[in-house]
Amino acid sequence: MNAEFPGGLSAAFIGQATSSFADFLRTLGHDPAARITGDSADASGISRSVPHGTTIVALTCESGMVMAGDRRATMGNVIAQKDIEKVFEADEHSVIGIAGAAGIAVELVRLFCVELEHYEKIEGVPLTLDGKANRLSTLLRNNLGLAMQGLAVVPLFGGYDLDSNRGRIFSYDVTGGRYEERDHYAVGSGSTFARGSLKKLFRPEMTTDQAVTTAIEALYDAADDDSATGGPDMTRRIYPVVASVDNDGVRIWDEDSIGPVVDRVVSARMTSPDGPVAQLPQSGGAA
Amino acid sequence: MTVPFYVSPEQIIKDKADYARKGIARGRSVIVMQYDDGIAFIAENPSRALHKISEIYDRIAFAAVGKYNEFENLRVAGVRLADLRGYSYARKDVTGRSLANAYAQTLGTIFTETPKPYEVEIVVAEVGRSATEDELYRLTFDGSVADEHGFVAMGGEAEGIHALLARDWHENMPLSEAITVAVSALSTAEQTENGTPHRTVGPAQLEAAVLDRHRARRTFRRLSVNQLAEILGDQVPGPPTAGTADSPDE
Repeated sequence: MNAEFPGGLSAAFIGQATSSFADFLRTLGHDPAARITGDSADASGISRSVPHGTTIVALTCESGMVMAGDRRATMGNVIAQKDIEKVFEADEHSVIGIAGAAGIAVELVRLFCVELEHYEKIEGVPLTLDGKANRLSTLLRNNLGLAMQGLAVVPLFGGYDLDSNRGRIFSYDVTGGRYEERDHYAVGSGSTFARGSLKKLFRPEMTTDQAVTTAIEALYDAADDDSATGGPDMTRRIYPVVASVDNDGVRIWDEDSIGPVVDRVVSARMTSPDGPVAQLPQSGGAA
Repeated sequence: MTVPFYVSPEQIIKDKADYARKGIARGRSVIVMQYDDGIAFIAENPSRALHKISEIYDRIAFAAVGKYNEFENLRVAGVRLADLRGYSYARKDVTGRSLANAYAQTLGTIFTETPKPYEVEIVVAEVGRSATEDELYRLTFDGSVADEHGFVAMGGEAEGIHALLARDWHENMPLSEAITVAVSALSTAEQTENGTPHRTVGPAQLEAAVLDRHRARRTFRRLSVNQLAEILGDQVPGPPTAGTADSPDE
């Protein structure tokens, strides 16, 4: 394993003053970027032959924030997977959702989760929410080579900020650019439609339950107009993955708790297929 | 002209061991013990920032006595090794046994090949699904490993504490009893050893944590000063009894 202490822990383990797992991997010669970049490989041809994850939505609410993702992965015109999970608990107070090339995205999430936990264990305190968001930028930038060849990953990150006591949402571009979003955001192929839906349904003082319902409505609207986004699969009981974060931590909603919410949204669509109607402003005379 | 004296290997090893032992004996003690729901770690440590007890992985924790910078090096190395294994393979492939082996090799090499041995003693503990699957590894400065059962005491008053725990510890203790027994051992051992007056180790001087076998994934959690005060009851920190007598109780 090493020259210094045969069978034991090498100087790389004992020396280096870094709290980053990704940096530590690099000192060992296991560059996480090299693992998922593969500079020389021409990936343009394989873009259509690997699964891609689609739509993720996120919005803030009174007690924190909510993130939800549909369950579909597509490979060109084929539905590659009906029950993929694209929203994950990153650590005790943050969640990450991913759209894009699924294999690379899942690997990125795995590395990101280890990175957060590693820092927390080495330093004895968790990173701040801004620190976590910045760290994700760096990891994402390492994937730029593959992104240029068509295997892009676009995460959506959110969590409860223990310093300012509120939910926050961060979006990213493929170059690692980090942008804090106000109130709500969506990424992935159905994001245009989801964003329109969120914009009309969002209210600043929503409870967590209302925010979850809003997220499901937005995913329904995305699935309505985007072929790569899957709607709730009522026959197989495959529902969107929903995570909510507040002061007490992350909650991944299980099938028993999200099922009734999805049922209500879907049955309301039976009578009004386009979903809830936003109010027009009161006009002077005609109203 | 000076001629280097011949020093026998036995003497070198003995001198190094004595040196390390003296260093370790200067420090305050740490107790690691099994209780009904897991493994408890109790250290006398007035510092809130410089920990003697730490999380390594989901079911593995680390406790140490001796020189801080040296065991901190080992702790960080352990976290790196565990995270690397968990990332490369799977979370369940990270075991206390492999970590204890890596520490043993490292400490052994440092002891024989460098002029100054590490003045540390450490425990690697892994909590199992049941008490019989718990693992406690005690590692000394020369790399020897002992597979312990029940409880381990390390540090300045290790022998005195060990004797007290041998008397008071039993299987399937609830956490509150385990903490009480450990704190009383920490408080009285010095008295028995040196004849110094009885002192009370209060919650503020304690660092405590548990590996709780019933928690999902990360089983390590620290016990706060308030939780310790609640368990220890009469040793609540705060104003002296004269002050609290007037104020209404909560």
